[in-house]
Amino acid sequence: MKKIFVCTALVLALAGSAFGAPFKLGGTAPLTGGAAIYGMAARNGAQIAVDEINAAGGDITFELRYEDDTHDAEKAVNAYNALKDWGMQVSLGSVTSKPCEATAAENFADRIFALTPSASSAAVTEGKDNVFQMCFVDPNQGSASAQYIAEKKLATKVAVIWKNDDVYSKGIRDTFIEKAPTLGLEIVSDMTFADGNDTDFSVQLTDAQTKGAELVFLPMYYQPASLILAQAQGMGYAPKWFGVDGMDGILTMEGFDKSLAEGVMLLTPFNADSTDPKTVAFVAEYKKRFNEVPNQFAADGYDCVYAFKQALENAKANPDQDADEICPLLIEQFTTMVFNGVTGENVRWSANGEVTKDPKGMVIQNGAYVGLD
Amino acid sequence: MRRLINLKRVEARRIYLTYFVVIAAYVICQTMSSTKMMSSSMRGMLVPICAYMVMAVSLNLVVGISGELSLGHAGFMSVGAFSGVATAILLQNLLPFAPVRLAIAMISGAVFAALAGFLIGIPVLRLKGDYLAIVTLAFGEIIKSILNNFYLGVDSAGLHFSMLSDTTRLLPGGQLIIRGPMGISRIMKIATFPAGFILVMIALAIVFNLVNSRFGRGFMAIRDDRIAAESIGLDVTKFKLTAFVMSAALAGAAGCLFSLNYSTIVANKFDFNTSILILVFVVLGGQGNMLGSIIAAAALTILPEKLREFSDYRMLLYAVILIMTMLITNNDNIKAFFQNILPGSKAKFQKEESDA
Repeated sequence: MKKIFVCTALVLALAGSAFGAPFKLGGTAPLTGGAAIYGMAARNGAQIAVDEINAAGGDITFELRYEDDTHDAEKAVNAYNALKDWGMQVSLGSVTSKPCEATAAENFADRIFALTPSASSAAVTEGKDNVFQMCFVDPNQGSASAQYIAEKKLATKVAVIWKNDDVYSKGIRDTFIEKAPTLGLEIVSDMTFADGNDTDFSVQLTDAQTKGAELVFLPMYYQPASLILAQAQGMGYAPKWFGVDGMDGILTMEGFDKSLAEGVMLLTPFNADSTDPKTVAFVAEYKKRFNEVPNQFAADGYDCVYAFKQALENAKANPDQDADEICPLLIEQFTTMVFNGVTGENVRWSANGEVTKDPKGMVIQNGAYVGLD
Repeated sequence: MRRLINLKRVEARRIYLTYFVVIAAYVICQTMSSTKMMSSSMRGMLVPICAYMVMAVSLNLVVGISGELSLGHAGFMSVGAFSGVATAILLQNLLPFAPVRLAIAMISGAVFAALAGFLIGIPVLRLKGDYLAIVTLAFGEIIKSILNNFYLGVDSAGLHFSMLSDTTRLLPGGQLIIRGPMGISRIMKIATFPAGFILVMIALAIVFNLVNSRFGRGFMAIRDDRIAAESIGLDVTKFKLTAFVMSAALAGAAGCLFSLNYSTIVANKFDFNTSILILVFVVLGGQGNMLGSIIAAAALTILPEKLREFSDYRMLLYAVILIMTMLITNNDNIKAFFQNILPGSKAKFQKEESDA
């Protein structure tokens, strides 16, 4: 009896491996250079998901390959073409916005379906039916933040400090400014900084303080935000602080006094301290392998692979199909399916490729993120 | 044509060989590409390689022929790229036929880059040697930061410019073409390999004709001995400026071709590193040697892509290969070795030496 069981298991295993050739999943990311921190995180996240899926041994397995694009559009297209020669069937686009604009045009021309983990500019998906995003498009974060502040009645007089040479910061700020007045919020101060003058914020903070802002909105990454928090405390200004997903990571920043971030609110799709079992497992595995807490890029990469798995399963796609055969199947799935991942529950995509998921309101209490709702 | 006949035999042979190699390479690549024998990776690099070849040839005119070290060549490439792409976008509805639009865009890129070259050349070319190198480097950075803060929009009332922040206030239906640090998006890809080939041929024709004219002899006379050249009445600034402006114009056309091959372009792409990359093409190919520049541009563009299988060590290997090439091609023992196994070349080498 035992022998028969072993034999059946072997046959099944063989059949499984013969049947389940992997789907070739490729993406480009800055793995070297200044933006490498984002590229590495997204790749690591995706790799964990691929290993988990392959270890579970279902019908859908993946072979993942990331190529370096050094955050440059020309190199990204070269990397994309190298992946195409390798036989990429489904694409993870590019990690950063500008390179992804260039590769998305190639994806569209070649009919290879793409789901980018983190390229958030609107031009990435615009006019392309087979390019989708896992992260919020920048403008959506601005309007979601305005809505959240108004609905929760956090403040009526708001100041904005933003970085005017950064696509991400500008995208969020523009829609925030546009949306805020319609919701009864008053923008009393709107101040900028740029690369090179991002260490002294006293002018911006004084302006916000004298104009009586109750809440300061910070659409930026966490490095300048940490300086703003420290300098505001130095001048005795204590408004409510509100950030977006770029603020995620401030607590793990080296040399940052966590007490400064006490009471900071942020809207982010991913929270590494969540008690949700999926997130706990992902964070534990990431810490084990890479010795650091995963950021939002890693979580987006992880979710992309699982979203692909779900869509390919539902569409009953098989790995022998060419990229242009898989593409229409995936477009149909992504515009209809609902996905639950570590960056959000009830994630849906619209036909233009933008994602809708509920941003989670978080507040920092005692040095940890706590849900606001 | 008469000018070519009057040339020294060796020189004429070198020019015809260059044209021949470029045409042969084009025919081979075009056949391989249309019969699908070429990988997508190679096919994707054809247009950028053409653009880099033109960049290398044009910089060689300044560095090799007129002997001025310029470290800001990518600046002219970016002026050409931004003005050319903006022209292409403005003409999108007026001129549906893409090749004509591409040609006009490249001409516009060349004109704007030549203008930039002229304005920069007036103060810069009074300097020489290291000073000139440093000032051209600074101008390259200035061009980059101007374009990083430049906004250009179009609406029914016409063109609108603004600096630092977007204050163009476009009417409804208007389109913001250049968006400061975000560069240009939604570019229609109209650059083609045949167009790139034609541009390379035009660049070669211009440079060879210029070099073998009265101007070319003037460039070289100034390069070899500035004081002697001045003493026989050559207007040094005029000669230098001609070479500089011509080189800037070709770089502008190349920049336009390059950026019309991608759907997005940002000013930061054309930074100091790009200038140095082009200088490497020139130095590796040999100063004053156009064929060498062309081959070096193609080889150094393809090389990092062919090294992708070494993943993390890719750029390290690239650097090692570059250093090795420089050392080996300048090693007398190795040169002698090749001359021994190729007896014909020894005689030719010596003949060329005595010619020179």
